[in-house]
Formats: sequence, structure tokens, C-alpha cells
Amino acid sequence: MRRIPWGLLILVAAFCVPALGSRFYTFLANDVVIWALFATSLNLLVGYTGLVSFGHAAYFGIGAYTTGILMKKLGLSFLVAFPAAGLVAGLFAVFFGFFCVRLTRIYFAMLTLAFAQIVWAICFKWNEVTGGEQGMPEIPYPSFDWVEKASGWLPFLGGYRTSDYFYFLCIVLVAVALWVLRRIVGSPFGRMLTTIRENPERAEFIGVNVRRYELAAFVLAGAFAGLAGGLFGIFNRGVFPDFAYWTKSSEVLIMTLLGGMGTFVGPSVGAVVLILLNQQIVSYTQYWPLVLGSILVLLLFVFPGGLAGAVQDLWRWTQRRRARA
Amino acid sequence: MLEVRDVAKSFDGFQAVGGVSLTVAAGSISAIIGPNGAGKTTLFNLITGHLRPDTGRVVFKGQDITGIAPHDLCRLGMGRSFQRTNIFPRLTVFQNVQAAYVSHRGRGWSLFERVERLYADETDAILGAVGLLDRAGEESGFLSHGGQKQLELGIALALEPEILLLDEPTAGMSAGETRESIALIERLARERRLTLLFTEHDMEVVFSISQRITVLHQGRVIADGAPDEVRRDPEVRRVYLGEKRA
Repeated sequence: MRRIPWGLLILVAAFCVPALGSRFYTFLANDVVIWALFATSLNLLVGYTGLVSFGHAAYFGIGAYTTGILMKKLGLSFLVAFPAAGLVAGLFAVFFGFFCVRLTRIYFAMLTLAFAQIVWAICFKWNEVTGGEQGMPEIPYPSFDWVEKASGWLPFLGGYRTSDYFYFLCIVLVAVALWVLRRIVGSPFGRMLTTIRENPERAEFIGVNVRRYELAAFVLAGAFAGLAGGLFGIFNRGVFPDFAYWTKSSEVLIMTLLGGMGTFVGPSVGAVVLILLNQQIVSYTQYWPLVLGSILVLLLFVFPGGLAGAVQDLWRWTQRRRARA
Repeated sequence: MLEVRDVAKSFDGFQAVGGVSLTVAAGSISAIIGPNGAGKTTLFNLITGHLRPDTGRVVFKGQDITGIAPHDLCRLGMGRSFQRTNIFPRLTVFQNVQAAYVSHRGRGWSLFERVERLYADETDAILGAVGLLDRAGEESGFLSHGGQKQLELGIALALEPEILLLDEPTAGMSAGETRESIALIERLARERRLTLLFTEHDMEVVFSISQRITVLHQGRVIADGAPDEVRRDPEVRRVYLGEKRA
């Protein structure tokens, strides 16, 4: 059987969303795209290395503030501000991670949470730099003048809103980032991470320096979360302290679990489902957290591998049936 | 090749290992035996860096390795297996052994090449040697207990060790499985010119393949020598063989 290029199909479909003409759909799609990257970056830790972080929003927030400060206060180009988001978040992850990987399991999780709360508190209080409680509204969009010019001889590029152009940019950047992450988890390095997840003691005895690998995974996850945060600040038209708050950390963790941490696409599936579900349910009831909680309970007991895991199991089951028939 | 000098270790006042010395000659097969709770596994953990001894030294190939981290020890050429089976259960059989190659050959930090077929030939060769080649694609956690033990041996071999420490390699096996796996271990040690140090509670196994036996009882060495000497030792008969009959 030929392999279906799912990634490419989804990419093309994503590009078509603004053509539907609904500003709202594009908004939702953009939200999903950014969260997909955020959740996938967390999955590098949770799903591949077996480290549960309760403070992943810290790096998302740091990335968002980095981009926000560079673009709004210093007037720098997106071309500088976007990579800087990943870089700065990664540097913070080096520092925090250095301490976190010295602890295991629940202690690791609590320390990641503690650092995230410190980051949140700094964002909340350091008025001169972060805008404090009020946050930093009106982050400018990257300049899309060049697209306007190019649309002179590439007419299909013309006629979109700036937010649509930003959405296209997000798709491209997130696609590249996800591709890089995909390569990382499929690399020898990624295999070493899975040995740590499976059995850290044994991993030590095949020569894996567990702490160093864990730190590397932590930094990579932090950097990619930072990139997602950088995009989100612009998308959100502002950066606020709650980007780094623990509820954001739990939201992204739930997304990862819902989609399934056992697979690479799981967290992205989780992002799609959770955001669409939220959208639908909030219009009926204000008890979204109640619904979310029920979904989680169902998930943990019925589909411990998440939605993507359940689909995978179903697929394998049908394959086996076909093989037997 | 390996020398343990007077190592001791206590846990909360309980002396698990009290002043044990032993030497393992290159190319030899040596065993540490003793009843349950004699301190065999603790001694192993002291040698392989999982625990740091309170006193004493461990010297490997002329180098002091006391309390050195396991991943560094592994690089120096010491491989070990564990009493409680220790594999990577949700990886396939192939991936288990392959991971050991990737790590040992220093490719673990490679972020952008593809891992799938890396060291495939070497891995297949090891799987062939331990009799798991036809199960390479299976998730290793689903192997039988004996199969997992074989796999563990395969992982250890992939690290190309000079000395291999096996902690109760036949624990939990039936008599038939025990015979087979001992035959396998002996053959592999001979073919690969490995130095072997293993712990065991089954006397039959020990006497059949080892050249030197150290008997541990309550954390101390009560006898040390060739199998025949040890078998005749009155202290050993009293402590070990007598206990078995009771």
C-alpha cells in the first residue's frame, strides 16, 4: 500500500482555511496551529523522555515576552524576535532544567511548577519590562509589505487580511518546527530518550548519561515552547502574565494526554480537539471545566493512550482482522 | 582484571557487605554464591557504581573505579545484567539491543540522522547469538521471562564489554531453561573471550561452569577457591549445603 502523505494534506488544508472567508475559522485554526507546536514540544518531555513537567508554560511565556519586548519596545523585526523567543526560552530551560533533572518523578514535576510560578511572578510584577499585571498589549504584526509587493506578480497571494498573512506564516513556521521535532524523535538521540523513559537505571548501564540527556530534552522542549509562545503573543495581539501561569501548563498537559503522548501527532490532535470542543461547549454552558474533567476521567480509563493511541489501536485491530480473513 | 579490596556497606546500621575482597582474573569465569540475603546483589551494586562503598576500593584494569557513575563504567568495558529483569519494555526486541549499540558507539547525540537501520547488522548478529532473531520486531515487554533474560544478555553483549557481571542470570527459570541459558552464557563467554563474574543461588549451575567460586554469608567471604575446594569446605557445607537440605 502506498503511504498517504498526511502531513502534506493537512498542510494544504490548513492553507485553505482563510479562503473560506470566515475570520473566526482562521482565528481558531491559528490558535490550534500554535498550540499544536506547544503541546508537541511538551510531548518531547512527557511522551519521549518520561518526564512530566507541570511548568511548561514558563517557556511559552518567556518566548511570548521575548518576542513582545523585542518587537514592541525595541522595534526589532520578527526575523530577529522569533528565533530569539526560542533562544531565550532555551537559555532559561538550561538554567531551570539544570536543577530539575537532579530530581525524579513527582519532585521533578513540582520543581518545574515552582520555577514556572517564579517566572509568572516576575512577569506579573516587573512593570518596567513586562508591563506587569496589565501585560503588553498591541504587539505589532510582522511586516507583510513584501507579500503585498509580491502579489503584483503572484496574484493568489493578494487580497487577504494581515491576520490571514500571519496565519500563513504560522503554518509555515510551525510545520518546519514540527518537522524538526519529528526528526529529533526519530534520531539516535530520540531513541536514547525513549530508553530513559522506559528504564533510566538500565539506560545508565548502556552508557547513557541520563541527566545530561534529560537536560538536553528539557532545553529543546523549552526552546520549541518558546517559539510557540513567540507566535502566540503576536496572534493574541498582546502578551500577559497568565501565559506563564500554571493553568496554561495544565492546559497543555491535558492536550498532550488527550491527544495521546504515545504518538508524535497525538498532542496536535489534542490541540485540535480541545480547542474546538472548548469553542462548542462554551457556547452552551459555562461549565467548561466540568466537561473537561469528565472527558479526562473517561480518557484515563477508556483510552489511556489518548485519542491518537485509540485510533492506532483500532487501525491495528482492523489490520489483524483483515490478515486473518 | 577486576579487584575488590575490602569493601563494606551498611544500610541504617545493618551491615549488608562487611569487608569483602576478591579478584577476578582476565578470561576467567567466577561466581559469587551464597544464600538469599548474603549480600551478593549489594556487592554487585558496589562494584558497578550503583552504590558507593563506605570503605574499600574497586579496581578495574588498574584503574580505581570506586563509586564511578554507571554510564562511565560502561564505557570502560564493564557490562552487567540485573537480577530483576531489566529491559526497555515498550521498545521492540531489536530496538533494545540497537539502543545499546547507539549509546556505546557514541552516536546518542546525533539529532538529525535516522535511527531505524543504524547498526542493524550488528544488532541482528547479537539477536542471532542469543536466539531472539525471529522475534526482533516484537515489543520486548511481551517476551517470556526467559526471553527477557536472553534479551538482557543481548543488551549487555552489544556494549562489547571485557567483563560481564551477571546478577542471578537464571533467577526464576525452570530447570530446563536454566541449563539452556547457562550453556548459552558459557558459549558466548568463550566465543567473545569475556571475563565473567556472576552471582547465583543454584549450586549445580555454579559448579558446572565456574573456575573460581567465592562464598558469601551474611556479608562476609567464608570460602574462596576452585569449585572442588569450595565444595569440600566444612564451613560452606554447614552454612550453605546444610541450609539447603533443611
